[in-house]
Amino acid sequence: MSGPKAIEVQDLRLAYGAREVLHGISFDVGHNEVLAIIGPAQSGKTSLLRCLNRTIDFVGSATVSGTVRFEGEDVHKVKDVFGLRRRIGMVAPLPVGLPMSIYDNVAFAPRCAGVHRRGDLDTLVETCLRQAALWDEVKDRLDSLGTALSGGQQQRLTIARALSHQPDVLCLDEFSIAIDPVTTMRIEDVLKELSREITIILVTNLVQQARRLASRTMFLWNGEIVELDTSDVIFSNRPNDRRTYDYVHGIFG
Amino acid sequence: MAVVSLAATRFTKTALAARKERAEAVAKWAFFGMAVAMIIPLVAIIAYLLYRAAPSLSLEFLVEMPRRGMREGGIWPAFIGTLYLVVISLAVSAPIGVLAAIYLNEYARDTWFNRLINLAVINLAGVPSIVHALFGLGAFVYAAKFGYSIVAASLTLAIMTLPVIIASTREALASVPMAFREACWNVGATRWQTIKAVVLPNSISGILTGVILQVSRAAGETAPIMFTGAVFFKAIQPGTVFPYRLQDQCMALSMHLYTVSTQIPNVKESIPYATAIVLLGTVLLVNVSAIGLRVWLRNRKRW
Repeated sequence: MSGPKAIEVQDLRLAYGAREVLHGISFDVGHNEVLAIIGPAQSGKTSLLRCLNRTIDFVGSATVSGTVRFEGEDVHKVKDVFGLRRRIGMVAPLPVGLPMSIYDNVAFAPRCAGVHRRGDLDTLVETCLRQAALWDEVKDRLDSLGTALSGGQQQRLTIARALSHQPDVLCLDEFSIAIDPVTTMRIEDVLKELSREITIILVTNLVQQARRLASRTMFLWNGEIVELDTSDVIFSNRPNDRRTYDYVHGIFG
Repeated sequence: MAVVSLAATRFTKTALAARKERAEAVAKWAFFGMAVAMIIPLVAIIAYLLYRAAPSLSLEFLVEMPRRGMREGGIWPAFIGTLYLVVISLAVSAPIGVLAAIYLNEYARDTWFNRLINLAVINLAGVPSIVHALFGLGAFVYAAKFGYSIVAASLTLAIMTLPVIIASTREALASVPMAFREACWNVGATRWQTIKAVVLPNSISGILTGVILQVSRAAGETAPIMFTGAVFFKAIQPGTVFPYRLQDQCMALSMHLYTVSTQIPNVKESIPYATAIVLLGTVLLVNVSAIGLRVWLRNRKRW
């Protein structure tokens, strides 16, 4: 059986004004797969993620062509784009605690979706904070400010927020740049756990992290997919493209 | 002993360090001096006004009617008239201005139409008040047939304050980090949900500051109301709080100050100064209450 994939991207082109940053890329992500995207800065990784959940719509100068399908449905034709964004969770690279209490940070998305019963929210908040490995540190001060947390805690709060709307696909954009190695490992464990139920797209600059977590890895460079293969191949001594080898082994450029 | 002498050489001032220290001191005192120089005229103005106004200052001066062609008595009708004008004009311009600014900053895309609106706002903010007065005369007094009235004068003041409120509100909204909005959008919040939850709570004190500044402007301008609804003298029941109807003409402090200081011979010298003190006090009163509101709101601000 081959139903629709979780994400299918066909000839996606994205331009900011006259400057094209994604030059027609195609790939797909299967259900419960962990796909890593690696590549240097300015290669279009974040822009690509923004096309998936259509937050690219907020960039006035952006023009998108090609198709992005989520569960077989063209994201540009969905009626409820806010519902779409709830099914594709997004963790931004910089930790952003919203200026409200820790509880409200996590309860914000469910509330926007119309969940208001206190009991439901309580359960959800605890589950998400536990999944983001933050619960033990904040359970006694859920009323204090999300922005008053340390950088690493705010990053995990961001992850908890992304989980709070129970997405089917979770995109993480360099989630570990503000977190210490120990916490990073804890969150990686959580991601492994989560990957049994949901699809994960992981943008990372840590080559080792991609190798640990992802079954397949994409090397994106200057808005083009240089290589997309199983992580074993990408991180081996013999990837198909010389540039991949150079990048992964730190002799790029 | 050797250790001591080593420590001494290490912490001896070098020529460079001494120069830096001097520069630091000069900078600090220059800034401090400017800050003080700014306060001096303010204190001097208030002290001088109080000194000259002293013979007339009393509660009666505030709550009584002018008598003997403004040469005696109080300024109650002008005081109340100013409050009417300020409150009504801001009740019109603040909501319109804030909502327009929210549209421009949060919803509007970079299209020719929105650029046109922006251009209009900027240019309106630079129009002299006498031009607004003529516009108010033509639009509200004649075209809309409000006649010379509080409505016409308030609307003219509202038109005058509107662009500045829009500009200052936009600035307050723009100071809310973009990352907050993006975080909300990423979890499926609509623009309005984002504005309600994050943008407004964190910009409301800045928005209020902009509105507060327009209170003083609306209270102090003479030209726009002179053409549209303010009069030299209007008899009202002394001591009543709502003496005017909206279609009435009214007296106003700024206008009254102009009248008593230039138009009427043999006015007691302290009366114009006392009028100025009341005008200052009124603006201060409105400002202080608005600042109180702002402080209260800021204490609820979460970052």
